[in-house]
Amino acid sequence: MRKVFKIIDLDCADCVSKMESDINKLTGVISARINFLTQKLTLETEDSAFDDILMQAQKIVTIYEPDASILV
Amino acid sequence: MTKKQKKWLVRIIVAGVLYVMALFIPLSSFIKEPYNVYATLTVFLIPYLIAGYDVLLKAAKNIRHGKIFDENFLMSIATLGAFALVLFPHAEQHFSESAAVMLFYQIGELFQSYAVGKSRNSITEMMDIAPDFANKEIDGALVQLDPESIAIGDEIIIKPGERIPLDGVVVEGASQLETSALTGESMPREIQTGDDVISGCVNMTGRLKVRVTKVSSESTVSRILELVENATDKKARTETFITRFARYYTPIVVAIAVLLAICPPLFAGLDFSDWIERGLIFLVVSCPCALVISIPLSFFSGIGGASRKGILIKGSNYLETLASVATMVFDKTGTLTTGTFQVISVDPEPGATQEEILSIAAHAEAYSDHPIATSIKEAFSGTIDQSSIKDETEESGHGIRANIDGSEVCIGNAKLMDECHIEYCECKDPGTVIYVAKDAQYLGHIVIADTLKPDSKQAIKDIKRAGVKRCVMLTGDRLNVAENVAKILSLDEYHSQLLPADKVSELERLLDETHANKKDSLAFVGDGINDAPVLTRADIGIAMGALGSDAAIEAADIVLMNDKPSKIASAILLSRKTMHIVYENITFALSAKIIVLLLAAVGIATMWFAVFADVGVAILAILNAMRAFRISEQD
Repeated sequence: MRKVFKIIDLDCADCVSKMESDINKLTGVISARINFLTQKLTLETEDSAFDDILMQAQKIVTIYEPDASILV
Repeated sequence: MTKKQKKWLVRIIVAGVLYVMALFIPLSSFIKEPYNVYATLTVFLIPYLIAGYDVLLKAAKNIRHGKIFDENFLMSIATLGAFALVLFPHAEQHFSESAAVMLFYQIGELFQSYAVGKSRNSITEMMDIAPDFANKEIDGALVQLDPESIAIGDEIIIKPGERIPLDGVVVEGASQLETSALTGESMPREIQTGDDVISGCVNMTGRLKVRVTKVSSESTVSRILELVENATDKKARTETFITRFARYYTPIVVAIAVLLAICPPLFAGLDFSDWIERGLIFLVVSCPCALVISIPLSFFSGIGGASRKGILIKGSNYLETLASVATMVFDKTGTLTTGTFQVISVDPEPGATQEEILSIAAHAEAYSDHPIATSIKEAFSGTIDQSSIKDETEESGHGIRANIDGSEVCIGNAKLMDECHIEYCECKDPGTVIYVAKDAQYLGHIVIADTLKPDSKQAIKDIKRAGVKRCVMLTGDRLNVAENVAKILSLDEYHSQLLPADKVSELERLLDETHANKKDSLAFVGDGINDAPVLTRADIGIAMGALGSDAAIEAADIVLMNDKPSKIASAILLSRKTMHIVYENITFALSAKIIVLLLAAVGIATMWFAVFADVGVAILAILNAMRAFRISEQD
């Protein structure tokens, strides 16, 4: 399953690349891409795990940027 | 400004006011030694905490998650460290500096966030050519619907002045379309019933009823926007290098900072507080943000700026490679030439007229729809009287014989003339030569050729001026045609009579020659329809005239929405400019940081220098990156 989400209040480009690599390490993730400039997260995962992974991704995002959030 | 930024600004202003007040309170006049030091500490801690509490919180959180080396952590250590110098009662105190560093860091961060937001907006606004509604007739009334809800086969209405929301076919009405948002071209396009229309164009004059052929997400405008938005995901070598560099840069600078703070005082007995301060300055400079933000932003704005001119670049990596093109290989038909045949000259023998020759040829070819026949009929200004044509027979590959107005007419190539035993004078002009004879009498010939595009010559000149060393043409056409085109356009090289497979092997040879110089690369320009193998084989494949052609958009790395070769030079110039800005930013950011690091190590730089080298440099680099968006063709 592949979906695109908007992330708001991303301020730090360096953090974004760290978030991206952390989300990619989650089990069940096929690919995750965050574009700092368009503020978009493209998440592709195994179907059954999608919602769970999205929640974990949200956590990772707030670890690096407490103000940023994924719009679902 | 976003809500978050506004709150941020208010906090900074409050902290700023308190800071200025702290500077002017004459504490030492009413608090005695040694307590006045602690009192000063307190009055500066207040604005410091108001300005930077979030930085401290983030840093604390990061430590809990085991993620040190981030900006917040480094800033916190650097400023708290400066406050901690209070533990050395004899050392010079830096409370006010420390609070100011946090304050300025926050001002810088806010401005940076604002600048990034601005750039994001100005680029996305320019690319905001996706209409947000479609008019549909429901029970006789027009209703505005979300384009997403329109299905294939639905009929939509586009009023004058509105943007076409979805790709489709005109079923009713005629108008002019403004395609500039897609092609960067201001010439309007005429359309009428039966024509295809493309989403993103603006309907100018008439009301159109369009039958939708593609759903919203498949429509041209969505696909183009997606391409441009995702282009920065394909990272350029420079960018990957910077990311890798950033990964080592921070830990190394932090390590040096620690060594600097500890070693000289410990081994050489120098003053602890002084060397700790030098170490703290290192920490402030250790964030690679300026580079990490400005490099992708430069590419993004370069790609965004290009898309406004009808040049789609599908990745930062392609933009980077385009800047280093040394060999440019062109397909002929449809790229340098229009790909349509035209009568370019009519040469009558003495006693015959041009009009007569064209009339005979047009009548003889009346029933044929071969491209050559079409071009002759187009050149003939009179009307064809079909009742005058009798017994017309096509001699395959040679020409046509017919009886027109009672005269035996032969029109065709040299072989047909020989066959009919007609004496003719051979014409060596490049192109297809059609000899015309009436009653076994040679009247003259017509030369038909594929015509050059009006801007081809200028385009090659501009491409060369942009720094391309070698322009090569590959064509399946005959030698004399290729030779002629190459001469007119002053190409460096041409290879004719190539089969599709020959084109690939010829291109591979050229690739090897180009790659002999490691920095050089090769681009192939074609119409994207028949030359997919060559397009993919080249370092960069450029497809032209791609508006409405999905196949071409798919196959190429760079897509020119219109079919003007002059856009190639614009694309090269634009990529060079963008790369120039990228290198400028890298050099500027790195040298500013290194200089401040060196000055700090020898004890000249202050915290102020460090804050400039961190946020100041980042802001300047962002502003510089935005220039890539505004590069104009005249530059």
